[in-house]
Amino acid sequence: MRSLKFVVPAILFAILAAFLMRGLSKDPREIPSPLIGRAAPAFTLPQLAQPEQTWTPQSMAGKVWLLNVFASWCVPCLVEHPVLLQMSKQGTLPIVGFNYKDEPRAAGGWLAKHGDPYTVVVADRSGSVAFDYGVYGVPETFLVDRTGTIRFKHVGPLTPEVVSGKLLPLVRELSK
Amino acid sequence: MMLTARGMLAASVTTRAGGAARAALGALLLAVALGAGAQIRSAPSGVPPEQERELLQSERFRHLASELRCLVCQNQTLADSNADLAIDLRNEVLRQMATGKDDVQIKSHLVDRYGEFVLYRPVLSARNLALWAGPAVLLAIGAMVIFRVSRRPRAAAATPPAADDDARLARVERLLDADDPAPR
Repeated sequence: MRSLKFVVPAILFAILAAFLMRGLSKDPREIPSPLIGRAAPAFTLPQLAQPEQTWTPQSMAGKVWLLNVFASWCVPCLVEHPVLLQMSKQGTLPIVGFNYKDEPRAAGGWLAKHGDPYTVVVADRSGSVAFDYGVYGVPETFLVDRTGTIRFKHVGPLTPEVVSGKLLPLVRELSK
Repeated sequence: MMLTARGMLAASVTTRAGGAARAALGALLLAVALGAGAQIRSAPSGVPPEQERELLQSERFRHLASELRCLVCQNQTLADSNADLAIDLRNEVLRQMATGKDDVQIKSHLVDRYGEFVLYRPVLSARNLALWAGPAVLLAIGAMVIFRVSRRPRAAAATPPAADDDARLARVERLLDADDPAPR
């Protein structure tokens, strides 16, 4: 009975420590998106290179593709850029660039300077379409399946670990 | 495009760092010069100015903005924050108000896109039950423990004295009388 006096607080402390430990490894900036498992919101936006031409995600029906939100003013975008370039060189899957609240000329210059991994780039100057996608930080990346459903979202720069650990296995599974 | 908030920030930072008004003026001029090519930071709400002013001053807007979270500065409400995203979201709230949506509709409009996290006060649902009931449950457990612990000494006192207690008590009293003549 007496040992209970020591065992109970020890157990309580262990539980608390476990929760705090878990909290350490979680990123509070990563907010679960309600869009996962839902249809990618439809939109029509001008293309960055040819503003007179529009683009809509419906044109990707039947394909597994990536929507990558970027901007020329976004510094972390530079971090993930080599990863995107690598993926595009390997032809893993089509990557659609979503230029977020950017000046088209600045965005064009940025792509010319750092390389263009995108099959097509659309420009959302006002950020109204990004709102529908729940974009709150750049870069953000969405994986869309053949039926147009969002399957995965990553906030922050894509790292080789995220690509090989999470993204590519999912792409392989969805492409079956 | 006019002078951006970023340009002004750059100017104020330069002032603080260099302390020279000339540096600030230079940064200001640079910001103005770059103004034409400046990035779009936050777009206007698109609500007619007069209506916008009226809505901005309304108690309802202030209440809504204080119940919604800015997602980049996570412990600030939309009302508190001046982050670009907060400005965008405030404008979205204004637009929704201008189109006659009610508070519940506006909130769900944001929750649909940003998740429940955007709400400062989480909704009462099966998933959030632990969040709402947790403190009350913990309080009840604590009260129970205190209640039981506080009863324990009384229970001990109620146990009948052991057979040799009288002898011991007599000895204690004898010792006290003999060894402790100090007045109280």
